[in-house]
Amino acid sequence: MSLVILAMLIWGAAWFVNVRLADSSFAERRSIRLLVPTIFGLTIILMWELIVRGLDVPLVILPPPSLVIQTTSENLPILWKDFVQTFLKGALRGYLIGCTSAMLVAILVERYRFLRRGLLPVASFMAALPIIGTAPILVMWFGFDWHSKAAVVVVMVFFPMLINAVAGLRESSFIQQDLMRTYAANAWQTFFKLKLPVAMPFIFNGLKISTTLALIGAIVAEFFGSPIVGMGFRISMSIGQLALDMVWAEIVVAALAGSLFYGLITIIEKGVTFWHPSQRG
Amino acid sequence: MRQALIPVLSVVAALIVIWYVAAVGLNSAWAYNKAERANVELNLSDLVKDTLSQEKPRLPAPHQVAIETWNTTVEKKITSKRSLVYHGWITLSSTLLGFAIGMSMGILLAVGIVHNRAMDISVMPWAIASQTIPILAIAPMIIVVLNSIGIQGLLPKAIISAYLSFFPVVVGMVKGLRSPDRMKLDLLKTYNATRAETFWKLRLPASVPYLFASLKIGIAASLVGAIVGELPTGAVRGLGARLLAGSYYGQTIQIWSALLSAAVLAALLVALINLVQQITLKRMGML
Repeated sequence: MSLVILAMLIWGAAWFVNVRLADSSFAERRSIRLLVPTIFGLTIILMWELIVRGLDVPLVILPPPSLVIQTTSENLPILWKDFVQTFLKGALRGYLIGCTSAMLVAILVERYRFLRRGLLPVASFMAALPIIGTAPILVMWFGFDWHSKAAVVVVMVFFPMLINAVAGLRESSFIQQDLMRTYAANAWQTFFKLKLPVAMPFIFNGLKISTTLALIGAIVAEFFGSPIVGMGFRISMSIGQLALDMVWAEIVVAALAGSLFYGLITIIEKGVTFWHPSQRG
Repeated sequence: MRQALIPVLSVVAALIVIWYVAAVGLNSAWAYNKAERANVELNLSDLVKDTLSQEKPRLPAPHQVAIETWNTTVEKKITSKRSLVYHGWITLSSTLLGFAIGMSMGILLAVGIVHNRAMDISVMPWAIASQTIPILAIAPMIIVVLNSIGIQGLLPKAIISAYLSFFPVVVGMVKGLRSPDRMKLDLLKTYNATRAETFWKLRLPASVPYLFASLKIGIAASLVGAIVGELPTGAVRGLGARLLAGSYYGQTIQIWSALLSAAVLAALLVALINLVQQITLKRMGML
C-alpha cells in the first residue's frame, strides 16, 4: 500500500513541477517544451511500476515496466527476427508498392477529368471502409508468408495515399499553370517543375498516415495466419500462453518501429519541402 | 452532383467487370481440375458458368456475394446465429458504445488541454506520438486481460473502439477550440466575458466543423476496432468473428458477405454523421 501512496506523491510532485515549468517565463524555450512531456512520460511509467508492485497486480493482467524491459533485452534475437519478418519483409515492401502505385494512379486521375470525377468519390468511400477485413481473403490468396501481409498493406495504404496525392497535384493555381504555358512548357515539364513540387506537402501527409497503417496492416494480417515468426504471430501466441511480458515487449518494438518510421519520413519531408511555410517556422 | 454521376457509375461498372473477369481467372484452376478428373473437355461457356458458381471459390463473383448477403440478412430470422443482421448488430453496438466513450473522453481532454497550459505541453506531444504507434496490435491483449478479470461481452470491444476514436477527436477538437483568432478573443474581452462565457459562446461553436471532421474519422476507426476486437474471442459473435470463421473453414462467400456488410455499416455510419453535420451547421448558420 505504501508504494501506491508513494506513486500518488510522485504524481503530485511531478504535476506541480510541470505546472510551474509551464507557467514560468521560460515556457517557450525548446528545452522546457521537451522537458515537460518527458517528465510526464517518466511519471506515468514510474506510477505504473509502483502501483503494479504495490497492489500485487498479477502478471497475467499487467506486468510492471521493469519486467517488460528485462524481457525485451533477454529476447532480442527473437524480437529482431519478428521485426524483420513483419516490418522489413511485410510492412515495408507493401508500403513501397502501395504508395508507388497510388502515386501512378494519382497522376492518371489528375490528367483525366473523367477519372477524377469517377474514381475520386469511389476512392474516398473506400478509404472510410474497414479495409483490414480483406486480410483473411488475401492470406488465403497469397499464403501465410510475408507476401499476403505485403498485399494487405498495399490495399490499406493505397486509398489514403491516392486521395492525398490527387489533392496535392491539384494544388497549383491557374495563374501558375498559365505561367508555365507562357514559358512554352509541355505537360511533363509542367508536371515535374510545378505540379509535383507543389504536391509534396500533401504527398508527405499521405506517406505519414500510411506508415501507421502499414504497421497495423502487417500485424493484424498475421492474426489470420502466419509462419511461426512475426510480431502479430508472437502477440497472439504469447497471449495464448498468458506471457504478457512478451506481448508488451512486442508492443515496445512495434511502438519504436512505428515512431522511427514516422520520424524518418518527417526528416525526408523537412529536406524536400523546406520551402513550405509549415517547415520554415 | 449530376456531373459526377455518370463517371462514378462507369467506374463502379468497370470495377464490377474487372471483378467478374478476375473471378473467372482465379477460379479456372479448380474448374479445369474438376473437368480433368471427370474426363470432359471444357469449352468457354462451361468454364465461365462453372467459375461463377463454385461453392468455395477463390474469388466469389459479385452476384454470389449479393445472394449470400441477401439470404443471410433478409431471408434469415434476425435472432438466428447465421443472420448477418444479428452479427452486424453485435459489432454495431460495441462500435457505438466505444465511439460514445471515446468521443466524450476526447472532448473532455481537449477542453482540458486548451484551458490548462501544463496539460497542453505535457499531454499533447504524447497524444500526437501515440498516433504513430500501431495501437490495434494490443487489441487482442485488452480482450484477453479483461476476460481474465471477468469482464466479457460488449465492454472490452467498446474499450478498443473508444481507444481508437479517442485520439482523432482530441487532435481535431484542440485544433477547433483554438481556431478563433485574436480579434474575436479580444472582442469577447472587451465585452468583459469570463473564461466560461468565452468557451460557451465562442470556442465551442467555432470548434463544431472540426469536431465533425474528426468524428467521421473516429467512427470509421471505431468500427475497425470493434471488428478486430472480435478476432481473439474465439470467433463467436460479430462481423469480425464471421470473417475469422470464414477464413478457418475456407468459406470465401461468407467472408465476402461479412466484408460487404461491414462496408455498408461503415458507409451508413459516416453518412449519418454527415447528415447530422449538415443539419447542425445549417442551424448554426455556418453552411
